[in-house]
Amino acid sequence: MFDSLTERLGEVFTRLTKRGALSEGDVAEALREVRVALLEADVALPVVKDFVKEVQARAVGADVLKSVTPGQMVIKVVHDHLIEMLGGETEELNLRATPPVALLVVGLQGSGKTTSVAKIGLRLTSIEKKKVLLASLDVHRPAAQEQLRVLGEQAEINTLPVIDGQVPVDIAKRAMEAGKLGGYDVVILDTAGRLHIDEALMTEVAAVRDAVQPAEVLLVADALTGQDAVNVAKSFKERVGVTGIMLTRIDGDARGGAALSMRQVTGCPIKLLGTGEKLDALEAFHPDRIASRILGMGDVVSLVEKAAETIDKEDAEKLEAKFLKGQFDLDDLAAQLRQMRRMGGLEGLMAMLPGVGKAKRQMAGANIDERSLLRQEAIISSMTLKERRSVKILNGSRRRRIAAGAGVEIQDVNRLLKQYRQMAGMMKKVGKLSRKGRKQLSQQDLKNLIPPQGGIPR
Amino acid sequence: MAETAAKTRGWLSRLRGGLAKSASSLGDGISGLVGKRKLDDETLQDLEDLLISADLGVAAAAAVTKTLAATRYGKDVTTQQVRAALAEEIATILEPVAHPLVLDPAHKPFVILVTGVNGTGKTTTVGKLASHFREDGKTVFLAAGDTFRAAAIDQLKIWGERAGARVIAGKVGADAAGLAFDAYSEARKAGADVLLVDTAGRLQTKTNLMEELKKIVRVLKKVDESAPHASILVLDATTGQNAHSQVELFSEACGLTGLVMTKLDGTARGGVLVALASRFGLPINAIGVGEEIEDLAAFDAQNFARALAGIAD
Repeated sequence: MFDSLTERLGEVFTRLTKRGALSEGDVAEALREVRVALLEADVALPVVKDFVKEVQARAVGADVLKSVTPGQMVIKVVHDHLIEMLGGETEELNLRATPPVALLVVGLQGSGKTTSVAKIGLRLTSIEKKKVLLASLDVHRPAAQEQLRVLGEQAEINTLPVIDGQVPVDIAKRAMEAGKLGGYDVVILDTAGRLHIDEALMTEVAAVRDAVQPAEVLLVADALTGQDAVNVAKSFKERVGVTGIMLTRIDGDARGGAALSMRQVTGCPIKLLGTGEKLDALEAFHPDRIASRILGMGDVVSLVEKAAETIDKEDAEKLEAKFLKGQFDLDDLAAQLRQMRRMGGLEGLMAMLPGVGKAKRQMAGANIDERSLLRQEAIISSMTLKERRSVKILNGSRRRRIAAGAGVEIQDVNRLLKQYRQMAGMMKKVGKLSRKGRKQLSQQDLKNLIPPQGGIPR
Repeated sequence: MAETAAKTRGWLSRLRGGLAKSASSLGDGISGLVGKRKLDDETLQDLEDLLISADLGVAAAAAVTKTLAATRYGKDVTTQQVRAALAEEIATILEPVAHPLVLDPAHKPFVILVTGVNGTGKTTTVGKLASHFREDGKTVFLAAGDTFRAAAIDQLKIWGERAGARVIAGKVGADAAGLAFDAYSEARKAGADVLLVDTAGRLQTKTNLMEELKKIVRVLKKVDESAPHASILVLDATTGQNAHSQVELFSEACGLTGLVMTKLDGTARGGVLVALASRFGLPINAIGVGEEIEDLAAFDAQNFARALAGIAD
């Protein structure tokens, strides 16, 4: 269903390259694929139309026609324009006001507001060292106020005590008062989920906004949202005056076209991304990553950054030295496996890689899970130091012992060794490459660096 | 009897009220673009665009307009005709999947597993279904299987109170499968007619969470091999093309028997149901059209199709 744009365009351009230069008609054909890709990524139709028109104007130009690889060039034009439309740069929450700074969080039902409120609270307290108060104005959904209280407890952030029967505007005022008296830096107000066409509730939230004058009105929206994103964003912008957007559930397999739609119709920057169920699963928005995702190009940048964050620098340097010499032993493989688990496991890694949609589905089919990584670690742990340094000595009886020690079959041990040999070969290649300059590393090479293939049980 | 009819009308008008909001823009679009002219390529392209705006997705939208073109291409058509034809095409696709949830009295209790991604309205749907079955005079048990989300158990308890259903709940963070097992055993002992098992919201790509869901199914089967007797995926009407992946992966995990689409009282049109119907053929058991306990309606293919095409009754 969701073929990546790269694949789609690849097909179009293999036909084209044989004919030499690109004509306007060729670009039009490529852009038809771009249109479908954007629509399948749930970008709203009016936004798609504008986008395609603008890209057409840019693409039917000298650079594309003279380009050696026209397919890549078109993707680049599309990608660049997408980044531009998504906002270009990462924007932070606006907290520039006299404390306590009010932050109003609005959105449809089920978009993830309450969880997001707790996440933002946690981020502000732990990273920016702010004193934060959370308050739920949701008097509609059963137990909503309780939900925020519990989340606040988990995140060790104070929540405004609930007084039954109080209306949202009064709760908001009380929260700001408590914020002032308690010396809080930020007061985050969670509102009830509402339909953007619900007059009464939209009036109510506008009244809350007037009462507390928030520095930021954050619209929380679900990355799974379809064409309706434009209506939702438009209404909230008009009625409540949204100043920023937070996109949730970006950790799923949705392509997140809603981001582009909402950014376009509101002109408001997307400031934050919700990336998981845990309270620390909150990330700054990077337009380039979402652009790649919308186009189905994977998230190479995120992968690289995440790796940089997780991988211990020293370890990395040691590993690099080993790459260069072509010495990559099983201890290093074990270290890699551990790193993979820290990076969110195969699942997390695969989601970030380009063009692996299919592989990912196959993996899901093959029922691969974190446990296989653990098992592989167990196999390596069952080897002696000497064996880990030099796989050559692993004869049949040693393998049997290892298998018994790790509680696996001999085949599993063999599979791991095969995987190791493949990786070691790859490492040598990378080593050679890096002498020439690492920049030449292709995406293909990057993909090969990740060892899952060998680990998939058949 | 008269009361039931009145109730049905109530649901329908509410549904139409909800859908009309969404349909009006689609309808406006059609009248704006067709008027009285030939059904040519340009018009068809515009129709396809309108369907795409309703979340049908590129492929389904193209398929519907193609069928439309097959019989009416080049003919002079009025707005009404195009709308009617469009509604007809959509209804043809939806008709085979419009099946309400029917309880089989052979199973006591009839176990219904309610699943979906986060925030689609599972707990609310469980509450509404409970109330629906209670009105039919059934004894209903609810299993508070969302042991993850803060206060989800409290939320279900409130729904249980409203609906007059008994809620079996454990502690936050407890094993959902174990709870489902206990609830099933208790509901069985009590001779209940229906057991609705609420589950935590999960993204379909989270392998470990989907494993947990499979475990709930396995455990239910320990009590009775035929359980769960229905597995429902709750889909949010605002969801776009990701619904495909949701249906596919939830089906794999727990063998879906039907869909419930919620939040159709907004401007989202839920057109993805058309694409899902032709691809998966899963019954659409009900739709959610509001926050009140009675805001759950049977899915009517004709009405839905007519509403999508912007036909006011």
